[in-house]
Amino acid sequence: MSLTVAVGAAPRQNWLEKLGAGHIILAVALVLYPLVASDFFLTQIGGYSLIFGMLALSLMMLAGYGGMVSLAQITVAGIAAYAIAILGENNSNVLGLGWPWWIAAPFAILAAAVASALIGWISVRTEGIYTIMITLAIATATFYFAQQNYAIFNGHSGYAGIRAPVFWGVNWRDPKAFYYLCLGSAVLSYAGILYGARSTFGMTVQAIRDNPRRMRALGYHVTAHKVFAWFLAGIIAGVAGVLLVWFNGRVSPGTIGVDAAIDVLIIAVIGGLRHPIGPFLGALVVVLMQTFAIDLVGAERFNALIGLVFLVIVFISPDGILGLWGRIRPQLAQESLRSGP
Amino acid sequence: MSILDRPSSPDISRPKTSGLEISGGGMTRRQAWGLFWLLAAAVIAWLVFAVWPDWLNAILISKKAFVSAILNGITLAGLYFLVASGFTLIFGLMRNVNLAHGSLYLLGAYIGYEVANRTGYWLLGVAAGFIVLALVGVVMQIFVFRRLEGDDLRQTLVSIGISIVAADLMLAVWAGGTYQIPVPEWLDGALTLPVVTAVRSNGVSVFLTYPLYRVVVLAAAIVIGIGLWLMLHKTRVGMMVRAGVDDRAMLSASGVNVHAVFAIVFAVGAGLAGFAGVVGGSALSVAPGEDVRYLLASLVVVIVGGMGSITGAAIGALLIGLAEQIGLVYFPTYGIVLTFVIMVVVLSVRPQGIMGKAR
Repeated sequence: MSLTVAVGAAPRQNWLEKLGAGHIILAVALVLYPLVASDFFLTQIGGYSLIFGMLALSLMMLAGYGGMVSLAQITVAGIAAYAIAILGENNSNVLGLGWPWWIAAPFAILAAAVASALIGWISVRTEGIYTIMITLAIATATFYFAQQNYAIFNGHSGYAGIRAPVFWGVNWRDPKAFYYLCLGSAVLSYAGILYGARSTFGMTVQAIRDNPRRMRALGYHVTAHKVFAWFLAGIIAGVAGVLLVWFNGRVSPGTIGVDAAIDVLIIAVIGGLRHPIGPFLGALVVVLMQTFAIDLVGAERFNALIGLVFLVIVFISPDGILGLWGRIRPQLAQESLRSGP
Repeated sequence: MSILDRPSSPDISRPKTSGLEISGGGMTRRQAWGLFWLLAAAVIAWLVFAVWPDWLNAILISKKAFVSAILNGITLAGLYFLVASGFTLIFGLMRNVNLAHGSLYLLGAYIGYEVANRTGYWLLGVAAGFIVLALVGVVMQIFVFRRLEGDDLRQTLVSIGISIVAADLMLAVWAGGTYQIPVPEWLDGALTLPVVTAVRSNGVSVFLTYPLYRVVVLAAAIVIGIGLWLMLHKTRVGMMVRAGVDDRAMLSASGVNVHAVFAIVFAVGAGLAGFAGVVGGSALSVAPGEDVRYLLASLVVVIVGGMGSITGAAIGALLIGLAEQIGLVYFPTYGIVLTFVIMVVVLSVRPQGIMGKAR
């Protein structure tokens, strides 16, 4: 796997070199983006891509490093979103305990992480392709449960009227503030995963992915490592869920439906599962398509289009856009050599 | 019998305890289980046939509700079995988790609706549902899944892509409305069962009536289940399928055209989904979103029953069908949790499913 590329960095470098030119350019571009972008591009494209990128990142972390393809990431995010609606304030006249955001948000993220660990604990009992089935079954069952149940999930209509917090004199639902909030969370999770992949724990998880039997024989607790990886992925998905509910102001069973669960997988696969930047790339592509393909094919046939793009990607480049780039780059390098002096 | 079972399953290899060799220390485990099942059967028979005392009616709402829930559960299980048996068959042989299976069900239902509506013959609709979907299955196997052989993650991803495109195209053709496939007259109507639900004050017993069509669906599922079992265990193709489940490379090496076997299995599996679509669309209704419902049902049924096992699919379908209908009657808004609990319990006790074989 290409994950080893980053690991090979020499130890005696200053932090700027360690960061790499690509990351610095990207960071500057992202920070300066609000100067040129309209409000629509800030939230509907920028914020949305970052949120769905984080969701897909939590999947990429499980699939890429742990070999566990989960379809329940939107369910985990949905748990955080529902927790915000239930613990904080909503105007649906159901529950709404009125906790301040700085208690409700961490609590919601923790609830999501614990739920994720539970889902992981259920699904790591089996291996390989079973994970995808079990997580899909869990995601679908949760969707139907949220739709049927009025006492906790307020049934079909879900919760509305959830407000993003206002503190430090900033309303965090304003386009610029919200964009930076999303960017900050995304950068933190991205950096966390880059760091985590090289940590002892990350290495162990990758080793378990490659050969669980050997790791078990070496004395590692395979199940515990996998479940903890699920817990960490749940934190990222939970943060994304909190941002999502603050942005939309509402959460309903449709938010955690099977379509949404599959969308997250599509984003991760289109972007590529080999490097944490892939999910964000995929999210950007999918969100752009979602926004602008409507002009091309109409709102109704959008799903067919995205399904076809997904099929093409899976067929021609299993590693998504990143894989395409990896294949094109050597050719470009050769081209430039040829056209040189 | 599971298609994965070898002749020496643990139950058979254990020495049989007949009544003659009574061991000194009381009952054997086998006898205890026998007694348990006998008791359970007696309790169920009493629950079904006896006239209930008032306290029992108070606990379980009413006898009519209880027996109806059980019957609905069993007939729904028949439908689930039809859908899930194709899913489990395809997985057992090809390691292919076909997440487009729900779409096959829905497509079969739409095709059955169109054919039955235009020709006026319901049976023609059922046949069309099976045949067209069997062809679709062969096409999918030859043009899509064969190209990705041995890469189960990509096969699964592709099947997801297919299901998205299929759902959208079906929405384009048949729009979002709800259809009901008309059931022919000779299947319509009610059957009076020899089950007394209550006794009126004037001493007349009230018998339970039940839709004839649902009973026919159950009978069809049982016949098809037995047919599948016979096909797998008594025919040459079935022998090849079972051999392929155990060792695909070896089967191929002994001169069998593995791809032909795969195509046959895919045709049968997809055809069964289409068949179930028409049959289910007549009992219930056809609408967008049903594909997800039946995909979930087949997923849970095969996770619980064990992947690749026809018997497992039958047991799983029975459990899930009963749980769903009983949940619907007794705790309506938490019904799905019961299904979920069954899945989690099975996974934690037997991760490979009730009839599944550990790999």
